[in-house]
Amino acid sequence: MSTFGWLTVAIAVPAAGALIIALTPGASAPGSDADRRARELLVKWLALVFTLLTLGVTLAMAAVYAPGGPRFQFNQAYSWIAQFGIHYAVGVDGIALVLIVMTAVLAPLVVMGLWNTVGGEAASPAVQAGGGGAGRAPRRHSVKTYFALLLVLEAMMIGSFAATDVFLFYVLFEAMLIPMYFMIGSYGVGQRQYAAVKFLLYNLLGGLLMLAAVIALYVYSARGGHPGTFLFSQLTHLPLSPAVQKWLFLGFFIAFAIKSPLWPFHTWLPDAAASAQPGDAVLMIGVMDKIGTFGMIRYCLLLFPVAAHYFTPLILVLSVVGVLYGAIVAIGQTDMKRLISYLSVSGMGLITLGIFAMTSQGQAGATLQMVNHGFLVGALFLLAGFLIARRGSQLIEDYGGVQKVAPMLAGLFLLASLAGLALPGLNTFVSEFLVLVGTFTRYKAAAVAATVGIILAAIYMLWMYQRMMTGPVRKEVEGFGDLRARELWAVGPLVALIIALGVYPQPVLNIINPAVHQTLTAVHVKDPAPPHPATAGGPSSQKGTAP
Amino acid sequence: MTPISGSLAAAPITAPHIEYWQLSPMLVVFGAAVAGVLVEAFVPRSQRRGWHLVLALGGLAAGFALTIAVAVSVPLFSHGSPGRVAAEGAVGVDGPTLFIQGTILVLALVSLLLIAESSHEVSPFVAQAAAVPGSAEEREGLLAGITHTEVYPLALFAVAGMLLFPAANDLLTMFVALEVLSLPLYLLCGLARRRRLLSQEAAMKYFLLGAFSSAFFLFGVAMLYGFSGSVRLSAIAAAAASNTTGAALLYAGIALLGLGLLFKIGAVPFQSWKPDVYQGAPTPVTALMASCTVVSAFGALLRVFYVAFGALTWDWRPVMWAVAILTMVVGAIIAITQTDVKRLLAYSSIAHAGFILTGVVAASTTGLSGSLFYLAVYGFTTIGAFAVVTLVRDPAGEANHLSRWAGLGRRSPLVAGVFAFFLLAFAGIPLTSGFTGKFAVFQAAIAGGALPLVIVGVLSSAIAAFFYVRIIVLMFFSDPAPDGPAVVTPGLFTGLAVAVGVVTTLVFGIVPGPLLDLASHAAGHLFVR
Repeated sequence: MSTFGWLTVAIAVPAAGALIIALTPGASAPGSDADRRARELLVKWLALVFTLLTLGVTLAMAAVYAPGGPRFQFNQAYSWIAQFGIHYAVGVDGIALVLIVMTAVLAPLVVMGLWNTVGGEAASPAVQAGGGGAGRAPRRHSVKTYFALLLVLEAMMIGSFAATDVFLFYVLFEAMLIPMYFMIGSYGVGQRQYAAVKFLLYNLLGGLLMLAAVIALYVYSARGGHPGTFLFSQLTHLPLSPAVQKWLFLGFFIAFAIKSPLWPFHTWLPDAAASAQPGDAVLMIGVMDKIGTFGMIRYCLLLFPVAAHYFTPLILVLSVVGVLYGAIVAIGQTDMKRLISYLSVSGMGLITLGIFAMTSQGQAGATLQMVNHGFLVGALFLLAGFLIARRGSQLIEDYGGVQKVAPMLAGLFLLASLAGLALPGLNTFVSEFLVLVGTFTRYKAAAVAATVGIILAAIYMLWMYQRMMTGPVRKEVEGFGDLRARELWAVGPLVALIIALGVYPQPVLNIINPAVHQTLTAVHVKDPAPPHPATAGGPSSQKGTAP
Repeated sequence: MTPISGSLAAAPITAPHIEYWQLSPMLVVFGAAVAGVLVEAFVPRSQRRGWHLVLALGGLAAGFALTIAVAVSVPLFSHGSPGRVAAEGAVGVDGPTLFIQGTILVLALVSLLLIAESSHEVSPFVAQAAAVPGSAEEREGLLAGITHTEVYPLALFAVAGMLLFPAANDLLTMFVALEVLSLPLYLLCGLARRRRLLSQEAAMKYFLLGAFSSAFFLFGVAMLYGFSGSVRLSAIAAAAASNTTGAALLYAGIALLGLGLLFKIGAVPFQSWKPDVYQGAPTPVTALMASCTVVSAFGALLRVFYVAFGALTWDWRPVMWAVAILTMVVGAIIAITQTDVKRLLAYSSIAHAGFILTGVVAASTTGLSGSLFYLAVYGFTTIGAFAVVTLVRDPAGEANHLSRWAGLGRRSPLVAGVFAFFLLAFAGIPLTSGFTGKFAVFQAAIAGGALPLVIVGVLSSAIAAFFYVRIIVLMFFSDPAPDGPAVVTPGLFTGLAVAVGVVTTLVFGIVPGPLLDLASHAAGHLFVR
């Protein structure tokens, strides 16, 4: 147990990076074109250095973390606004820790993946994303602003996983929308304004409903003469009547359901993802959406256990619908970024299913799936971004025969696609299997229906691969170069992680499992089946008996 | 200021006892205003502006310093008392009043910086208010380069009235204060140099509707006098608590008085003057009205409903609920369709009045302190936003139509960024003072059992966020109009006003502790009776 403020450092490093980048001279500073390029290069290197530093800090933190230790580690708490009992309080359990590491892994890769695409070159008129802003003369964008926003976003994301004060979490959860909004709205493609506004309003609505619940939570904590508080550790002991719990649960849950996004709150995601730069999409779907599902485990379950049980059937139904709906709609997509985002809708449905199945395999699987899904989406979007940078189109039909001209690119794309359909040996297989097994022991029908969704994944992933990579080489594709060293550095680690976590997920599960057990103990749930995947699915008499 | 006391008997008249020290903040501002009139009469035209600046800024600063001195020196809260009454019971000197007066003085000081800005090629104020628009007389005045310096004493009178309005402890003093603050504002609204007809129309509308509301207010006072036999707030409260007869008079009085007060804050359904007046008035005057007048009127509303009708909370609360809900929802929804930035800010101000009303209906110390905090931080952000509006200009003056703001973020990223920051604060995004303020009032409202009201508030915030974001989109993501307005470099005064707005919005968003402390300390004992 270390008392060093690891989390504060992990938040401060990217924030400091953003500040330093903001202070470098911008594009409008005097100087020739070459000077400007040199300045842009400096900004990119700064961004890379700071994201790598953050990764180093989080990895060191993960190494120091004691999986068998107390529930929350690396705790720090300082009073912030004393009048409202608001603290700067951070601390992580195993679930938050793995998600923080995932965030820190993705950030430098996104920086590398976007190395040449941010700025004027990306907004070339050739990019077709369903009309809108395309076709105008390309504008130069400030590279500096983009990477500063990206680092701010990283700091806020890590902060929201680390927060143990509900108010601090809410603030970061909401404030995160602003950098992402500008990243989509200013640097995106196609109907980027529409997508950015839709993204912001959807998430703001959810966030404001959560605000009402957050304030109400504070007011209830102040009942009976106590000073009110927002500290998570104290709020979990708050006696709330079931009726109150239900209302507050809904306030939090709708916000998280929009963020994750759970069907039917998902409609902002495909638009936002299709209009965002591939790197933004990685952070948006890979990390930001996970904050939604993370919030369900941390806040919905632990603060309102009674309400969580009450709403479980409804949420399970929505999750299963999401899994199937996302998969079916993905089949019909013509735009690869939209296809990947519907894959995510389907995948996030599976995660909520795992969480609310309320079994240890289910939740461990759901947490592992959050991490795996982050890496998977990262790899898919970065590869899609490399393809778009070469061809200038997001449409699947504009490609064909890529594997003949760029075998490495196509090969990695195939591997990521196979991870998308949960091929055994790749990371998502482990987590999806755990989720389904964990669900099956309690809700058979839901597990069976969700499995169908995973089978459908094979259709859209392989079909996309077939249409884009195989067949005769199209004329426009002929000039494709294979992956450059920078691109390989960006996507290689993700593919390596996809394989590594598929073969040997145990280290991550060792960190996750204690936190999952503590969560389930706190919500008074016992597993219906013995807690070993190998024997799970055996007892068939306990269907649908949530306590 | 003359107290209404004593009998009609031919007893020897004793001079009223006046606590000059406790009243000194108001007296100084009144004195500066009167001196300003004398300056107008005796000082040559070329030197007037300098004199006025010294008088006005000095008077307001001295008033603020005295407010602090009074708050520190007078043992207001000794032995658990909420404060003192001064001037034979006509004026209350208590925590909330001093907080509101201090807020008004600082906000007025910042607004006055906008009024005094002289770096624009033309002043925002008309040369001669009496000249008919388009007449030869007007042209002469313009050519002679006359500037309207009566603005300063008028503004000072208005501010002095605003200081007295929330402090008034009887309804007649309150009415006098209402008139003192309103009359100069009616005049100031009609003084815009550009688009004079619009400005005069605004002044006329404001005057007519304001006169109606004053009449309702006075009628309400008469009813309450008929009910309780006194115009003192405490006497009305005592009568309301004990009398069982004549309740019709009481309720009619509450309704009419409330109408007069709600008109001033621009609550729905008494909001229709706000967009027209805010649009037509010279922008610096709009900034003064949107910040100081709202603070003052809320102060009076809080005092009347907490002191005089404090025992009748259950009677007026349902009506206030309805008004608050209507104000939030109507303000937010109608704002969506606005195309003029000043009208849009007017509707946003209506919606914000609704948010503050949720703190008022809580009828508790936390509700009071939340409202006080909200008023203070909202005032600063508002002035900052209007200051930015004065900077975006084309050859015809300020470019207020929203379509002209397209692409502003590309040409002037700093100004557009500052405005976007203010809009985000209005929208209540965390880490801005707007969020802390909303949090403070919503928290009090939920504690007071008004959860549905808060949910409506939250939903209206989401609607409001839509139109704030729309402007940000327009500024940053749209292509600039080829002949779009230029952003002038702010002069010293305007720059200062914008800077104050940015700094307070940011600081009270991140470290609101000290101001919250001050507000809750001020509200700790409610109002003096």
